[in-house]
Amino acid sequence: MSLAPEPPRLDVRAATVRSFLALCQRDAFATLRRDPWGFLAQSLIAPLFYLFIFGRVLPEIGAAGPNYGEALLPGVLGLTLVLTALQGVALSLVIEFSFTKEIEDRLLAPIPASLVGVQKMVWAAVRGIIAGLVILPLGELVLPGGLQLSDATWWTFVLLLVAGGFAGASIGLVMGTAVPANKINVVFAVVLTPLLFTGATFYPWQSLDSLRWFQVVTLFNPLTYVSEGMRASLTDAPHLGSGWIVLGLTVSIGVLGTIGVRKFIGRAID
Amino acid sequence: MIEVVELRKRYAPKAPEAVAGISFEARRGEVFGLLGPNGAGKTTTIGALTTRVRPTSGYVAIDGIDVQADPVAVKQRIAVVPQRPNLDRQLKAIENLTFHAAYFGYGRAERRKRALEVMKALGLEGREDEDVNNLSGGMAQRLLIARALMHRPQVLFLDEPTTGLDPQSRLFLWDRIEELREAGTTILLTTHDMVEADRLCDTIAIVDHGTIVALDTPSGLRRLLPGAGGVEVVATGMADAEGALGSFGEVEVAGTADGRRQIRIYGDGVDPAAVVDAVRDSGGEMLELRRLEGSLEDVFVHLTGRDLR
Repeated sequence: MSLAPEPPRLDVRAATVRSFLALCQRDAFATLRRDPWGFLAQSLIAPLFYLFIFGRVLPEIGAAGPNYGEALLPGVLGLTLVLTALQGVALSLVIEFSFTKEIEDRLLAPIPASLVGVQKMVWAAVRGIIAGLVILPLGELVLPGGLQLSDATWWTFVLLLVAGGFAGASIGLVMGTAVPANKINVVFAVVLTPLLFTGATFYPWQSLDSLRWFQVVTLFNPLTYVSEGMRASLTDAPHLGSGWIVLGLTVSIGVLGTIGVRKFIGRAID
Repeated sequence: MIEVVELRKRYAPKAPEAVAGISFEARRGEVFGLLGPNGAGKTTTIGALTTRVRPTSGYVAIDGIDVQADPVAVKQRIAVVPQRPNLDRQLKAIENLTFHAAYFGYGRAERRKRALEVMKALGLEGREDEDVNNLSGGMAQRLLIARALMHRPQVLFLDEPTTGLDPQSRLFLWDRIEELREAGTTILLTTHDMVEADRLCDTIAIVDHGTIVALDTPSGLRRLLPGAGGVEVVATGMADAEGALGSFGEVEVAGTADGRRQIRIYGDGVDPAAVVDAVRDSGGEMLELRRLEGSLEDVFVHLTGRDLR
């Protein structure tokens, strides 16, 4: 074996592109080849129970209307998409920065530190999208009326999947870089539950008209725009105006993504 | 190959300077040692050279490339073996190497072939499919080095590479480091192990409190001891060591414990018999007497003191 050093083969730009793709490849390998069932269980157990209890059991015992499942499914899909992406970034960053230090090998790859953060978001968004898509067959299995997709607009659905994945990933990037490791369990508990219940997941946003203050509160949660967007693309139920959905998603991804990448650089380079 | 000019780093506005004006150069193919107590600024200096620390001021370059201006080009040329293992725990041993090479643009067949070769060279043959969580400390360390060599770096940073290793692993690593030097790799090494520094390094910088207190070859450093013919005395009842022994040369009280004082006398041709007499005459009792052979450790302690950090 030759131990002799060798000058770089690629220019900086080509090296950056190759690195970015290789990091994605590593993540795909680790998630889908090494631990696919762990990933699916982690992402889908909670949504499965939401769909079953709220969409099937409650209507069955008369505690919810028979068609509640139709309003619920887009919300649970949005929730799964956002939370899976969020946890994909936040948990892995906390672990890699504080405990395993695995991030160091990525930061020494020939790619700018900012793009290491962006790559984390991209892969987490992909994880969110995969988990979100699995919600569709789950809905068909679990909900009493099965899937009702005759009113679906597929191109907006695809756009929302991508946007929702990035919305969750950008929240995760901020959490994963801003929160010290010893506080992460507290922050998760304090952030996730409100995020879960103020995100128009279990109720269409418009139905909150009689609870105006809460309706306003939900507008500060990026998940609201994802859930409502899913409702808009998958059903003909009333939903938050499309313009608001686009605006809400653009602002939350833009603002949180920018803060997250800056914080990431701050953690990566002292 | 490595150039550091007036490097300064302050982590917070009011914090003391972790690095307070360090300058040095390492030639291509040189093994350059950074020695110093914990907290002396070694890791910060490595951080600045490896794109992980933004200098407060000063200039650092690798292969003529300004680290601040073009970190990606620098990262293409360097590899780092960290103090603590940072292996990818979701991947098997060989996958740690192949994915690392993929980050550096190596194709599938080539990186697998190289990974097998590098693992063999580092005594890891047969461990390819091992879960990295199950590797012993020595094996994990060798795997880290194997990973660093995957992309044929021109500059290799080794941050305390043999701390915590058994003597066999240490000797094995030293041999590999010497081979790398012969092949033309520039190596920057930090260590507390003076034997290691003495054996491996062409040039050594001793760092303390963020500055370089000495910079020379190992033999040049040994000459730094004032009066290489000095002696060290351990004695009791020597309240005024300076007064009793000052006539022999420069006296340094290196430690006190349990009424015993460890006293070093630096001077040319100090006569041990005369020192024994002088100790007795001043009412002290001699416990130990040894010649200072001028080991690197003596130089290190002479330059950086005995205080704990």
